[in-house]
Amino acid sequence: MSSCNVFAPSCHLQVFLANDSCHALYNLKAPPFMLPSPAKKQSSPFDRRRRASKAVAYFGLKPPPYQLDALEPHMSKKTVELHWGGHHRGYLENLNKALAKDDVLYSYTMDELITVTYNRGNPLPIFNNAAQVWNHDFFWESMQPGGGGIPELGLLDQIEKDFGSFTNFREKFVEAALTSFGSGWVWLVLKREEKHLAIVKTSNAFTPLIWDDINIYHLCFSQHAYYLDYKNERAKYVNAFMDHLVSWNTAMGRLARAEAFVNLGEPNIPVA
Amino acid sequence: MALRSLFSRKSLAGLSAASRTSSCLDSRALGLAGLSQSRGLKTASLPDLPYDYGALEPAISGDIMQLHHQKHHQTYVTNYNKALEQLHEATLKGDVGTVVKLQSAIKFNGGGHVNHSIFWKNLAPVREGGGEPPHGSLGWAIDTHFGSVEALIQKMNAEGAALQGSGWVWLGLDKETKKLVVDTTANQDPLVTKGATLIPLLGIDVWEHAYYLQYKNVRPDYLKNIWKVMNWKYAGEIYQQECP
Repeated sequence: MSSCNVFAPSCHLQVFLANDSCHALYNLKAPPFMLPSPAKKQSSPFDRRRRASKAVAYFGLKPPPYQLDALEPHMSKKTVELHWGGHHRGYLENLNKALAKDDVLYSYTMDELITVTYNRGNPLPIFNNAAQVWNHDFFWESMQPGGGGIPELGLLDQIEKDFGSFTNFREKFVEAALTSFGSGWVWLVLKREEKHLAIVKTSNAFTPLIWDDINIYHLCFSQHAYYLDYKNERAKYVNAFMDHLVSWNTAMGRLARAEAFVNLGEPNIPVA
Repeated sequence: MALRSLFSRKSLAGLSAASRTSSCLDSRALGLAGLSQSRGLKTASLPDLPYDYGALEPAISGDIMQLHHQKHHQTYVTNYNKALEQLHEATLKGDVGTVVKLQSAIKFNGGGHVNHSIFWKNLAPVREGGGEPPHGSLGWAIDTHFGSVEALIQKMNAEGAALQGSGWVWLGLDKETKKLVVDTTANQDPLVTKGATLIPLLGIDVWEHAYYLQYKNVRPDYLKNIWKVMNWKYAGEIYQQECP
């Protein structure tokens, strides 16, 4: 049971120094236009008098690790702009707005936030925003320009072990994506207890993170991810994703790190 | 051509009769009652639109209407018929496992067919009365339950915008209590899944395929504009049948 999840994309923190005259932004990468507006100061019962400056930190919008048009022609710049700048950013702004009002949840890390607000199956409203921010960060990192094809090394070995062959795995993955209804994600996860890979479907905000499985990569099958480029032809999108977009480098890295937590080499010795 | 329109008129009439009584959504109608007919299965077919694809512009673009009708709705019809065939075989063989497994495909595709068939009738070009506010008993009922048509619209738009993922927002009538309700359903679930006595009067498709090409991710704009082509006359007719 790990509450410290090293597999999460680093949630990009913005730190504000909030005082009367100076708003200083300590920010690593994002250009100004996408920053959420400076939040009001956190008030606490111990802070009766206004201090000269007090730092408050909120989640920032992390850009994809490539230019917005880098995934063309398989995923157009327009789609990435809307998906990241519209949908993803919307979740982030709603998350920050909710955190500004909630002193308890404010201080949590992203993974703690998701686990706690999942509330063991009765999710709180903030869960949706937090999980979707996590999911979309994970999504951009699961793709790369010049991606697709076949994985190598440990990931390929593990896929062949658990699915028979890469071809079989790809078939199952595509089938899962095509038989899913509505909006959501199809994941390749490493199951912690069972110690093997599995394909998992989730809808809307849900992520296998809440069941403590380790996410390797995923695909967004919501219509907004492909409608502008492929209209209703989800099959074309899924195949383009598998052939040209999925970042096996990232997936291999995630599996390699997962092996620090799950012993995949352990033989299955039946108990007498 | 004449034969095709004959079929679609029949199926449209059959479907509208069914949607008035909501018996087509009853599992008996979908499953065994239909199968007990001596002459094969009664499959679904794509109803014709009572207007051109471009007739609802600028509220909804012709491109969207064409894709929505010819691709999405057609796919629901095709996949429903496929699932129905498979259900028929499994039922004859007594293969309970397969019967159960097919339920989600039937609910999804059958629901998609039911919902979209209602949706096309919920919309009308402006020159045919689209956007004209409700009169008569429905208008009076709306004022009683919600205060005004504007208040109802605001409520439905708020619920539609807040819906996560894909689904529908409905104005329904509870035929037992005779009360109007606003509710949402997920994916392609028909309104009856929220209450066996609920009858849909108006439904708004908030799946992204219904608006994305035109409104992109700004679902609230779509919800604001769709009321300009809303066919209140149809809703009023259904209401009057249940509450004469």
